[in-house]
Amino acid sequence: MIKFLPLKEAVAENLHDGDTVAFEGFTHLIPTAAAHEAIRQGFRDLTLIRMTPDLIYDQMIGMGMAKKVVFSYVGNPGVGLLRRARDAIENGFPRAIEVEEHSHAGMANAYEAGAAGLPCAVFRGYRGAGLAAVNPNIKSVTCPFTGEVLAAVPAIRPDVTFIHAQKADRKGNVLVEGIIGIQKEAVLAAKRAVVTVEEVVDNFDDLHPNLTVLPSWTIAAISVVPGGSHPSYTHGYYERDNAAYLEWDEIAADRDRFQTWMQKNVIESSADDFAGRVERLRKAA
Amino acid sequence: MSDAKDMGFTPNEMMTIAASRALKSDDVCFVGIGAPSAACNVARLTHAPDITLIYESGTIGTAPDVLPLSIGDGELCETAVTTVAVPEMFRYWLQGGRISIGFLGAAQLDKFGNINTTVIGDYAHPKTRLPGGGGAPEIATSSRQVYITMAQSKRGMVEKIDFFTSFGHGDGGDHRKRLGIDTAGPTLLITDLAIWKPDPVTKEFTVVSLHPGVSREQVQETCGWTVKFAEALDETPAPTELELKTLRDLQARTKAAHQGTAKGKAA
Repeated sequence: MIKFLPLKEAVAENLHDGDTVAFEGFTHLIPTAAAHEAIRQGFRDLTLIRMTPDLIYDQMIGMGMAKKVVFSYVGNPGVGLLRRARDAIENGFPRAIEVEEHSHAGMANAYEAGAAGLPCAVFRGYRGAGLAAVNPNIKSVTCPFTGEVLAAVPAIRPDVTFIHAQKADRKGNVLVEGIIGIQKEAVLAAKRAVVTVEEVVDNFDDLHPNLTVLPSWTIAAISVVPGGSHPSYTHGYYERDNAAYLEWDEIAADRDRFQTWMQKNVIESSADDFAGRVERLRKAA
Repeated sequence: MSDAKDMGFTPNEMMTIAASRALKSDDVCFVGIGAPSAACNVARLTHAPDITLIYESGTIGTAPDVLPLSIGDGELCETAVTTVAVPEMFRYWLQGGRISIGFLGAAQLDKFGNINTTVIGDYAHPKTRLPGGGGAPEIATSSRQVYITMAQSKRGMVEKIDFFTSFGHGDGGDHRKRLGIDTAGPTLLITDLAIWKPDPVTKEFTVVSLHPGVSREQVQETCGWTVKFAEALDETPAPTELELKTLRDLQARTKAAHQGTAKGKAA
């Protein structure tokens, strides 16, 4: 049964050392607060899955929590490279990590296969692409009807998925709006899902019937964390903090500056600090 | 290249504007971030008002007032005709054959339009780990045509790329067909110095038009392979006042919005 929990407990109950975990969010609704809580609790040997790792995986990799990362774009979107991830891949600092790299189409199809309970995804992809030669999990199958050779990748089945969403109702149903990315598939593909939300409302009675709602029984725990996706954004609540993404490029460029920043803004901080961080980004409605 | 500056526009402005001219109102364009995004939005704001711009975050038919920093900025969704989930984006819209133009940038490019945005050096032990392909490997093969835009440099335009992130024409000729790829692939390359098109048979990119004030030597000096020029070489028309104003206004709005010093139209 779903539980409403403080974030600290929701993370402690659902994430364990050695887990395969997805913190999903496609630029929008990135579950930063949940990732920071995981960093504070100091998990080790995680396999981190995400289409667009960006800042939170840069942080987790930089703190030495990851043994492997599965991704399709390891960049700071619109800014450049992820410097902590680069340091790990290029120099093995602070530890060497294993890399499994896909295209967006490959990851999106693999999550969908996970949600659909299939062992693998089949799609038209990776043709002529170098990734097929360096990633043994990219294979091919032949269509039994047409003979067309198609790409196949194993389904993604995380132990636990974390997402951020706009709101839950009191029963624990969750509404996701705007750029919904891969979140629904990532939740349904996982054994357990934890959702942080901006707020809880009485009910969803007035919602349009076709909106993306995750029923309460697909989720293990909900934590209310206003501002919980900063510096990403929550459509309808606050804007993306683009300046923070630009600033991250400088912070992550230096090992010591990174550690100092993490100590102050993550280790000595808490989920309650997120609301203040988005105050100036809330739209004057 | 100081020549172009004296003409009242920069090489980069010429590149973006030349790229924007290649797009039509009835195009359905899958937009890569960076240089392609600027070109696509200049096209929309000038001669191609009805163009459908699609970003891989799932936003279809979007019309942002400022250029997005990421492919998933909120304004893309707010101004879109519809926003779909990422698997739907790649399965129905891209793989389904709905995209007429895939517009890509490149870190490394070879003369057959193959693109590397993955690693410099060896994959297992890279000298520089770049962000990787994202949507590009399938944009390059499922879009009906691919346009590429990048500023010229010897580091960027190389004889041999370090990694095949996105397949162009491979080794040239009918290499795409032999791999079962039935789309046209790269049909246009717009740099800060010239417009290039693939040779119809060999598929090697050939300069067909030089931007105003640019010499053949300049093109060769900033390219890592021996450049072929078309027999009838055109001169790219200089940017019009409207094109330049549209681009500069867009970039000024974008800069202000991303630095957090202004909120554009939301203010």
